[in-house]
Amino acid sequence: MHEPVMSFDHVSKHYRGGTVAVEDFHLDIADGEFVSIVGPSGCGKSTLLKLIMGLEPLTGGRIEYRAQARKESAMTGMVFQQPLLLPWNTVLDNVLVPSTLQGRAQRRRDEGRARELLDMLGLTDFAGSHPYELSGGMQQRVGIARALLHDPRILLMDEPFGALDAMTRDQLTLDLLEIWERDRKTVVFITHSISEAVLLSDRVVVMTPRPGRVGDVVDITLPRPRTLDVVSTAAFGEYTRRIRSVLDNAEVVTAP
Amino acid sequence: MTAPSPHSPPPGRTLTVRREAGDTVNRRRLSDLPGWLLSSTTVLILLTIWEVSVRTFDVSVILFPAPTRIVEALVEGFTQGPFLRHTWVTLQEIIYGFGIAVVAGLLVAVWVSSSRLAEKIVLPIVVVLQTVPKVALAPLFLVWFGFGIESKILTTALIAFFPILVNATLGFNSTSGDQVNMMRSFGATRLQILTRLRLPTAVPSIIAGLDVAVVLSVIGAIVAEFVGSQAGLGYLIIASNTSLDVATMFAALVVLSVIGLVLHYAVVLGGRRLAFWSEENRARSVAN
Repeated sequence: MHEPVMSFDHVSKHYRGGTVAVEDFHLDIADGEFVSIVGPSGCGKSTLLKLIMGLEPLTGGRIEYRAQARKESAMTGMVFQQPLLLPWNTVLDNVLVPSTLQGRAQRRRDEGRARELLDMLGLTDFAGSHPYELSGGMQQRVGIARALLHDPRILLMDEPFGALDAMTRDQLTLDLLEIWERDRKTVVFITHSISEAVLLSDRVVVMTPRPGRVGDVVDITLPRPRTLDVVSTAAFGEYTRRIRSVLDNAEVVTAP
Repeated sequence: MTAPSPHSPPPGRTLTVRREAGDTVNRRRLSDLPGWLLSSTTVLILLTIWEVSVRTFDVSVILFPAPTRIVEALVEGFTQGPFLRHTWVTLQEIIYGFGIAVVAGLLVAVWVSSSRLAEKIVLPIVVVLQTVPKVALAPLFLVWFGFGIESKILTTALIAFFPILVNATLGFNSTSGDQVNMMRSFGATRLQILTRLRLPTAVPSIIAGLDVAVVLSVIGAIVAEFVGSQAGLGYLIIASNTSLDVATMFAALVVLSVIGLVLHYAVVLGGRRLAFWSEENRARSVAN
């Protein structure tokens, strides 16, 4: 493996009151790698992203990542489970939020780029609309465009399709694959859907709950570019079975 | 007892329901008419009844002047009398008092909602102060700040301050933690989170507070004038009460109502423009 761009070195996160969200989490991620972290709810997988972003302090270990960028906030782009758009802003202004925070001049410079992203995500005609005029799937596309605005090398996604209906979810998953194929960003993708993780990833990290530990790391060697057809192949089924068995065994162990 | 066989049909004949276009009779109802038309017609009818009863039963002008008599007093008061001067005084008290309440209320709300220490110290005090009937302080303000316009402005400001503070604090605190994390992940500073996220999120709630406060401002100004003053519509009411000029009292009441109504609609319409995106306002635009 090449020099990792992101490394978790025995990371742990204990909350006051004794809840252990993450325990001894160890992982190296290579440049351009698509890594999914799967696990049942409450296994601390979303906490990992908050730790990466510095939204919460670690209680043990070290996280390190490097990327070419003008400033720290442009190294990473984050997509959340909810679109978290600002309802008083238009779609275009929502995509430009990261620029607006750096002043008007930056916003003006980035407007062209924002419009390109809206074109790419099929939102050309909605640049002037407000979030409440958009469907859930379209709102999440705006959230993705916003995360891509500064062209970050590292994309962090926290169950981005979890709140969407099945058909919208499939479409957005395919769109994400296509976006990723263009410039192969490093992606950390949190999900509780095993098939979503296998379809998208180079590697799937299976987390076991309470405390959140790495249960298994599965290399996915399915050929790329992938389409939805890959879901019905035997290899795909084998991967999902293996991941599910890790999760099932973990449940048995943690049951009282 | 025999169990029913599983395939026996339930008793009764076969019924058929068929629905076709244009089945229901579209009877026109009175409630289909627009609300403003219905309510203004009702008011007109009531005014007519009032006018007719006063004339037929020859009710004393001192007890109950007819609507036409009140209109007369109103026109006379504005053209020859002192109405314009008194209205201007009261309007100033309301606007300055309301303005002070808005600025102070918003500042304290920002302070309370951005510091946990301030919240713990200030909020309990606010809750206690809120139960104090603020108008009862008007005589005290008269002693402290004199018979002039200042004591009225301060009474008005005090009354209008609390609903603004409470609603604005509620609004500032209604921002979700996820939204704050989103802004922080894109590099927002604390000040940017306040101005670009928390303040706009609070707008619908602030507007609700302003609406309550603007109506209370009118009450505050009038009560303060009742307590002791040399000018203003409240003063006019007290003065005309002494001379049993009931028509002028009613006329002053009409002017006050118009002031309250105009200010209320100014806040409501301004609020709808500012908070066009809020769920409440969108529900309204769907209903209309």
